[in-house]
Amino acid sequence: MSEKVLMKGNEAIAEAAIRAGCRHYFGYPITPQTELAAYMSKRMPKIGGVFLQAESEISAINMVYGVAGSGKRVMTSSSSPGVSLKQEGISYIAGSDLPALIVNVQRGGPGLGGIQPSQSDYFQATKGGGHGDYHLIVLTPASVQEMADLTSLAFDLADKYRVPAMLLADGTTGQMMEPVELPEEKTVSVDKPWAVTGTGMKRKHNIINSLYLQPDELEKMNFERFERYKLIEENEVRYESYLTEDADIVVVAFGIAARVSKNAVNEARRQGIKAGLVRPITVWPFPKKALADLSKTAKGFISVELSMGQMIDDVRLAINCSRPVALCNRAGGMIPSPDEVLDSIKKMQEGI
Amino acid sequence: MVVFEKPKSLTDAEFHYCPGCTHGIIHRLVAEAIDSLGIEGRTIGVAPVGCAVMAYNYFSCDMVEAAHGRAPAVATGLKRSMPENIIFTYQGDGDLASIGMAETVHAATRNENITIIFVNNAIYGMTGGQMAPTSLPGQVTQTSPYGRDVKVAGYPIRVCELLSGLEAPEFITRVAVNNVKNVKAAGKAIKKAFQNQIDGKGFSLVEVVSSCPTNWGMTPQKALQWVDEKMIPYYPLGVYRDKSAEVTE
Repeated sequence: MSEKVLMKGNEAIAEAAIRAGCRHYFGYPITPQTELAAYMSKRMPKIGGVFLQAESEISAINMVYGVAGSGKRVMTSSSSPGVSLKQEGISYIAGSDLPALIVNVQRGGPGLGGIQPSQSDYFQATKGGGHGDYHLIVLTPASVQEMADLTSLAFDLADKYRVPAMLLADGTTGQMMEPVELPEEKTVSVDKPWAVTGTGMKRKHNIINSLYLQPDELEKMNFERFERYKLIEENEVRYESYLTEDADIVVVAFGIAARVSKNAVNEARRQGIKAGLVRPITVWPFPKKALADLSKTAKGFISVELSMGQMIDDVRLAINCSRPVALCNRAGGMIPSPDEVLDSIKKMQEGI
Repeated sequence: MVVFEKPKSLTDAEFHYCPGCTHGIIHRLVAEAIDSLGIEGRTIGVAPVGCAVMAYNYFSCDMVEAAHGRAPAVATGLKRSMPENIIFTYQGDGDLASIGMAETVHAATRNENITIIFVNNAIYGMTGGQMAPTSLPGQVTQTSPYGRDVKVAGYPIRVCELLSGLEAPEFITRVAVNNVKNVKAAGKAIKKAFQNQIDGKGFSLVEVVSSCPTNWGMTPQKALQWVDEKMIPYYPLGVYRDKSAEVTE
């Protein structure tokens, strides 16, 4: 057991990535994730790693693509407007079946938006984001501890399935300081026979590519990839369930919204309302089955989000619209208070 | 006795290039350089978006297909993660000098230890002949049907001149493949651009003034003549930067 240290969320991601064997980081400055790049710029040269400040987010993600092609662990990080710029590269990485980690410490949008926390890139993160049919494995930390733990997990999952992973954090979890127990240093040895490392004149050339001009071949690649996505949906769903067993009202929230919601659920319970919380840790794959099962006993659901209501669609789909689903949200960098969530719970309690 | 054969670092795949296109010559020169330096087993090529998009099928070394204009960034990632490997990009004028200008300039100013083969044929070939950043003033293309009007579309970019304004790059040269003498000189320049990387010298770019008979609407012979009469006067051949030579002088 390593000892707990007090760290900022963004720095915990960086240190956890290094301990997960990542020695290549490419980024471009943007608030509120810049501490991550700064941490990497300090640490990487000391451990024989690569830190490079790219000329743009577009270049950074393409450098990631290059390293990922060589089979080494690699990451980039940014915040919402910067992640939009990376989407072209992310699509290529997904289309070439390369593992990589992209961190999005979300801020309010659209456009230049603001610099305060947000969850309004949920659609972009969970539905693909760039052009074409693809998914990322999307993990949502709700504490500095999870910033570290999920970073480590993201690298493992990306390697296991040859799918890029995204850590979908927000300005709050990025900026706040909490005690964290850092994961142990890992020695990673994943066999990557597909990587471009030079043929050594011993094998046929490897090609990292997403171009298939024959439509039947491209279709085949898409079907094959979605078979892998099916496996991920079967095996890698992660969520926390809190007081849901007898819950009439199930609050669904991730990241910082889940922490606020937990307080509201506790207060609701104190006031005699049977409320519970499902906190998706993976938002793709989404904990569909957990919610579907709860819909048999729960009377209503509330999606608490720092957006105009994006995850709420997945909640409705998961329960097949069989129960009312309310939205409790703030946007633009505002965070709902526990009282606001509690009001939503009470309102739903009156209606059901 | 074999007096002439296909370079070993080219695969047996048939080129898809149009008759009279000089990509075939340039592919061959790259492959000959790789063969003669004995580096095929540790070389990784980066193909662009453009006519050479399927270059990954033609070179027998490991290959990566980059997004449009991003090859120098992809090459940077490859080189930084595998410094012992030899990384080259093969890019056209739209890819390198338009959409990928930022990637090009910044790879150059970092003196990234990579080799760039830049094929300038003054037109977007793959998409059917639109105006390129290097299309000549007055040049008729699908998107400059009345000729490139510099008042509207600006002037062509001379990449070698622009990049040699930077402090960092090791080697910047412009060659052509319109006659035997020039092809030979181009081969030497390309080999040097790879040798520089082997020696750890840094960013080496060879601009190859090339032709596109199909989209220029000319016979292959006429196209090569046009290279001589129109292209080369605007894009003078020569060495624009050779840091090693400057040191030894």
